[in-house]
Amino acid sequence: MRLWNLIYRMNALPADYFAVFGISPQLALDLPELQRQFYVLSKQHHPDRFARASADEQRYALDFTSLLNDAWRVFRDPVARAEYVLKLLGYDTADSRTNTVPAELLEEVFELNMALEEARDGDSGARKQVAEALTHFTALRQDLDVERDRIFAAYDAAPADTHLETLRSLLNRRRYIDNLVRDAQQALS
Amino acid sequence: MSVFQIDFGDTPDTPPRVVGIDLGTTNSLVAFLDLTAPLVIPGTNGSPIVPSVVYFPTTGEPVVGAEAQEALLTDPVNTVYSAKRLMGRGAADVAGELALLPFAMAEGSESVIRLAVGGRQLTPPEISAYVLRQLKQNAEAFLNETITQAVITVPAYFNDAQRQATKDAGRIAGLEVLRLVNEPTAAALAYGLDKRRNGTIAVYDFGGGTFDISILKLEEGLFEVLATNGDTHLGGDDIDDLLLRIALEDVDTEWGRDLSNDHEAVQRLRRAVINAKHELSSLPAATITLDYQGREYRRSFPRDVFEKLITPLIDRTLAPCRACMADAGVTPEQIDEVVLVGGSTRIPLVRQAVRALFKSEPHTELNPDEVVALGAAVQAGILSGEVEDQLLLDVTPLSLGLETMGGVVTKLILRNSTIPASATEQFTTAVDGQRNVLIHVLQGEREMVRDCRSLARFDLKDIDPVMAGMARIEVRFLIDANGILNVSAKDLRTGKEQSVEIKPSYGLTDEQVEAMILESFDKAEADFNERQVREARVEADRILAAVDKAKQSDAWFDLPAEEQTAVDKAINELHLSYHGDDHVLIQSKMEALDLASRGLAENMMNSAVRNVLKGTKIV
Ligand SMILES: Nc1ncnc2c1ncn2[C@@H]1O[C@H](COP(=O)(O)OP(=O)(O)OP(=O)(O)O)[C@@H](O)[C@H]1O
Ligand SMILES: [Mg+2]
Repeated sequence: MRLWNLIYRMNALPADYFAVFGISPQLALDLPELQRQFYVLSKQHHPDRFARASADEQRYALDFTSLLNDAWRVFRDPVARAEYVLKLLGYDTADSRTNTVPAELLEEVFELNMALEEARDGDSGARKQVAEALTHFTALRQDLDVERDRIFAAYDAAPADTHLETLRSLLNRRRYIDNLVRDAQQALS
Repeated sequence: MSVFQIDFGDTPDTPPRVVGIDLGTTNSLVAFLDLTAPLVIPGTNGSPIVPSVVYFPTTGEPVVGAEAQEALLTDPVNTVYSAKRLMGRGAADVAGELALLPFAMAEGSESVIRLAVGGRQLTPPEISAYVLRQLKQNAEAFLNETITQAVITVPAYFNDAQRQATKDAGRIAGLEVLRLVNEPTAAALAYGLDKRRNGTIAVYDFGGGTFDISILKLEEGLFEVLATNGDTHLGGDDIDDLLLRIALEDVDTEWGRDLSNDHEAVQRLRRAVINAKHELSSLPAATITLDYQGREYRRSFPRDVFEKLITPLIDRTLAPCRACMADAGVTPEQIDEVVLVGGSTRIPLVRQAVRALFKSEPHTELNPDEVVALGAAVQAGILSGEVEDQLLLDVTPLSLGLETMGGVVTKLILRNSTIPASATEQFTTAVDGQRNVLIHVLQGEREMVRDCRSLARFDLKDIDPVMAGMARIEVRFLIDANGILNVSAKDLRTGKEQSVEIKPSYGLTDEQVEAMILESFDKAEADFNERQVREARVEADRILAAVDKAKQSDAWFDLPAEEQTAVDKAINELHLSYHGDDHVLIQSKMEALDLASRGLAENMMNSAVRNVLKGTKIV
């Protein structure tokens, strides 16, 4: 191998999004600080800084910066971040995309669906019901987010699989509620 | 190449200059970074604005710019304008508007439009290449040096095919396109250069053919696009068409004659309509006049009538603005400044609409015709390293997705993701021994394939024949800093690169572009040698820097003394050849240095392995 090509190849790409920022896998992140890091790393590695460099360096800049952007996009969103960490640690999040109704929500979901249908038929009383459900589910989602942040902190302090299990089912519930909120909002708009 | 040119500024040691080009629907400009400020470059007639019009006479060389504009009246069927609206599109996309255009579309225009002009068939990139070549010539005459590299601007809302077509145009014109930069972002660069402030700004760019809105955050020289939106088919041209149709109807009723198939009459009327439109930006009324074949048509347009007519068009810019604010997560109150770009923002009603929407007085101090080209020159300076304290972080305007079961699109990279951005997806086979997998990639926000824009089909070929479901092909979709998709694939079972054949849905294949480049290859022989020398020097610079770095490592000190001497000798000889103008000699000295440094490379490799094991980086 040519000496100069070797020099540029030695910088291997980070193995995961955390490695991009030089931090270890964790759930709670200091976003303002991470954003500062994002800017610093962008200024160092952006392809625009290597337009005159060798093909190898250009390739590295492109690959590194796309990873950096992908990482920042995922990290800034707590839900996407949690899903990413679960996947990284070998928890299959794909099957969690199934739409089974969380048991404790069965009754409320049933009522909302009825109201949604009536609202579609122009029943103004049902509209009010949908609006109430919307407030209810939005509040529920907020509670889940508080709970989520609590799990983040607990896991980071003492990484244990049980936290991740709880987190996974919480994310499932949250995703489900997200859809309910979206449907209710659509019905009201 | 004359001896004099070498004496003027074009010293062999300076890397080639990068110019910035605004390739507009109506007007194009070229600019460069002069010491610290960007400047637009005037053409032979003294104006920096080159109308994006190309006249293809049946005999003789094509004519570009103001002169070609005159040919629109005398030989309309062989004169092409607004070619940018045809870039990256197929016949079905433009069927509606082609009715009023004088030039004719040729057969076989489904995936690339071909225009039949001047007895030839030309694609939009080839036509745009004539405009680019003119700009290149203007820059070369003004700067007295050969120009081979450029930054070209595109509407922010341009899709993959439209971007690729623009890049093709650059290549056909003999320009290496170092970067495509979005027009509103370029404008922000030019604007921010003046102000050097922090804050959130919105750029509203309403030009001849396209509309863009971008919202950016400016912070310490970093221009971060938060969101963008737009319509690549909405601009002054649409206002012109609207007025033109009305005028044609008028003439029909008054004269009892339908002129819409009379290209010369249509072009005369079009010019009259545009003049009236421009006047209405500063006067309360204007008159459309047509003197044709001894008859005269006159119609006075008061501004309020004009405004009523164009309100629906201007309203079409507002929805994208609102969507953009929502995506950026900002309210009008949080936008510190609004910048107006593009000739159509001279219309008072447009300014009024912008003022009402963003609840603030828009900035107009920069010349809306020049600001995009100036920004392109700044970006050129960033790429060449002349501008070190600024950087652009742009986004992809459209979501990228894959066709899945039932004609549904699964999104891979969402719109407004900072670019470069990537996504990986695993694919497998459905049948035992299957050798191919076809992937259909689309752009757009809608759920169904039929409502999105087909980008390309990728054929994963020569897959190892295994049982159904056993193949594991990982495909990486990467949107680069130009907003253009790159696809690569790996067979996870073998770790080997998987071959991918690209079938673009719209646009030219690489081979077609190559053929067009060859065709246009002329009188460039002299430039060619000079360029090779320059390229060899750039390569030598990089190698010398790398060897220098290696010489500071432990690997160097572990090297036997005679090998050290050999490397140093080779370095010296490369230095000596560097200043001559024999690129073959430079190349051979680089080869010699490669040979002499083999031992050093081996040492480096070994210590690299050691260091990787220790978990530290080398360089
Ligand atoms: N005073 C004016 N009043 C109204 N419209 C104007 C005025 N001056 C220029 N225009 C219109 O502005 C358009 C050209 O603007 P500009 O040069 O910014 O577009 P462009 O950069 O060529 O197009 P695009 O950016 O869409 O590709 C034309 O439609 C022209 O008629
Ligand atoms: Mg423009």
